[in-house]
Amino acid sequence: MTGDALVVSGLTRIFNKHLVAVDHIDFTVKEGEIFGFLGPNGAGKTTTINMLTTVLKPTEGTALVFGFDPAKQAGEVRQSIGVVPQEYTADEDLTGEENVLLCADLYGIPRGTSKKHAEELLKLVELTDFKDKRVETYSGGMRRRLELACGLINTPRLFFLDEPTLGLDVQTRGAIWNYIKLLKKQYDMTIFMTTHYLEEADVLCDRIAIIDHGKIIIEGTPEALKESLGGDIMTFGIKDSNADISSIIQKIPKVKEVKKQEDLYRIKLVDGEETAPSIIEALRREGYTISRLSLTKPTLDEVYLEYTGRSMRAEEESRENFSRQRMTMRRARGM
Amino acid sequence: MTQNGNSKNPVHGLWALTNRELKKWYKNPILLLMTTIVQPIIWLGLFGHAMNLGNLFTSNTITIPTNLGIPPQALAQLQEYFAGAPTQLLKQAFGTDSYISYLSVGMLSFIVLFTCMFSGMSIVWDRRLGFLNKVLSTPVARSSIILSKILNTVIRALIQAGVVLIIAYFIGPLVFGAAFTPINLLGVFAALFLLSTGLSSIFIFIAIRSTRMETQMAVMNLLNLPLLFTSNAMFPLKFMPDWLQDIAQYNPISWATDASRQLIINSSIDMTKLIQDFTYLGVFAIVFAGMGIVLSWRYLSK
Repeated sequence: MTGDALVVSGLTRIFNKHLVAVDHIDFTVKEGEIFGFLGPNGAGKTTTINMLTTVLKPTEGTALVFGFDPAKQAGEVRQSIGVVPQEYTADEDLTGEENVLLCADLYGIPRGTSKKHAEELLKLVELTDFKDKRVETYSGGMRRRLELACGLINTPRLFFLDEPTLGLDVQTRGAIWNYIKLLKKQYDMTIFMTTHYLEEADVLCDRIAIIDHGKIIIEGTPEALKESLGGDIMTFGIKDSNADISSIIQKIPKVKEVKKQEDLYRIKLVDGEETAPSIIEALRREGYTISRLSLTKPTLDEVYLEYTGRSMRAEEESRENFSRQRMTMRRARGM
Repeated sequence: MTQNGNSKNPVHGLWALTNRELKKWYKNPILLLMTTIVQPIIWLGLFGHAMNLGNLFTSNTITIPTNLGIPPQALAQLQEYFAGAPTQLLKQAFGTDSYISYLSVGMLSFIVLFTCMFSGMSIVWDRRLGFLNKVLSTPVARSSIILSKILNTVIRALIQAGVVLIIAYFIGPLVFGAAFTPINLLGVFAALFLLSTGLSSIFIFIAIRSTRMETQMAVMNLLNLPLLFTSNAMFPLKFMPDWLQDIAQYNPISWATDASRQLIINSSIDMTKLIQDFTYLGVFAIVFAGMGIVLSWRYLSK
């Protein structure tokens, strides 16, 4: 049986009467899917998670987590969710196992049950060998895995992941994706995650909502979003000729748009793999030779650019700096 | 819904959260050594001996000039009287003839204050590091979050006070009063328990909404010395000017210190005063711990 894990309507949070962090968002997450919130720094992703996980009260609007309202039936909601926050929240002075057991205690799970479950989870995230080591000695990737284990201790039906790979290098990021897929399979959960990494949303999510300035701009499967851009993009140049060949290409079916940028042609087309050869064929018949050909499938990068008017790359960099600062602060704590 | 056997215990997680912070303390031997042993030794061994007010009395002798025409027999009596005077003055001033003992007991409240001041810090840390939000998303009772902070501070404060007492006994030396029996120590720790409960609650709810360490540090610096100086921890109330006495007699540190002095070093116990001290301390602890819990329901989440 599948129903709705999460139904959000008109959810709004205003800080200090002026700052609208989340602005009347609506969306539904079906049971069993991975739903991604994609957006830049400060878009309202974490505020949304905080409202859904009973940490923050909404200013307006409602949310239902398996039919329970986080603002009014916090107890029921808390029992059925697990949260992995953006920050590394595991206690550095405790060992990995102690941290997982601490989480178990917070859910009131009796020690007999939790000890076994903790062991299972640590094995799943491959930290068994390090479970008696203090978290201080863990690498970033290990800490993330530990956070995953902590968040799963109450076998949640809905799992919240806030920027699960923030600040990790590319390799570790890939490894964490695999763990998330594995955990999802093992526990058959619904996952709500936020990210500002486009590849991450593309790889993991069944459906994505792009959020910017507190508003959901567009929502759909990654494929549908890419499709909405209007097809593939073919770029090529013509050897030894300055003639304008746009009119020739425009006549070919499935070509939607032709642009000449300096000496390159940029063509939007449907079913790129099949249409491209017919373009080449048509040009050859007219006596033109193609140089430097490329055919690209639209990526979420372009989707993001199209709908927010901004590139994601610049955002990413400022975010990395932010996370480094955070790490430095954490170090200071140890003193 | 609760298929994973969650307990019905409403205070589940209270001890886990408390123990988390205690572990930080006892798993860090250097910190433990610094705060529990070195600090009291410095205060008692250095400060106590450097500022030993008792020496004002005992190191100075009064010689009565012989050319005053006092009969030799009377002179001998007077000299004997003056020789005993310092002890008597000390007893009158401090309730014991050992100022070090007087200060040692004051140090018990003092160390409790210094331990409790830091109780708010850990809540600011938990908020900054996101741990607080994680805990808030679990079914743990909001009041347990605050109570765990109070409880771990109280436990630490009492252990510190115990260490101070032992150190004072050996390096002071602490001289027990005539009314002292080992059972009195229970009374002393009860008084310190109430004091630390109230004090840690105050510092926690100052920090409950705060995200800045700096604010918290400023508050601590603003409060600690005034709280100490407007109490009888180092100097008896009766020698203070009236306006200061009026303030100091409502300082909880004075109540706990007075009760502890009566129970440890005084030669007799003033029951009325002792009961009054405990009543005030009890009200202080309950009111502020209660306020902490009520505020936690409202203000822990923003």
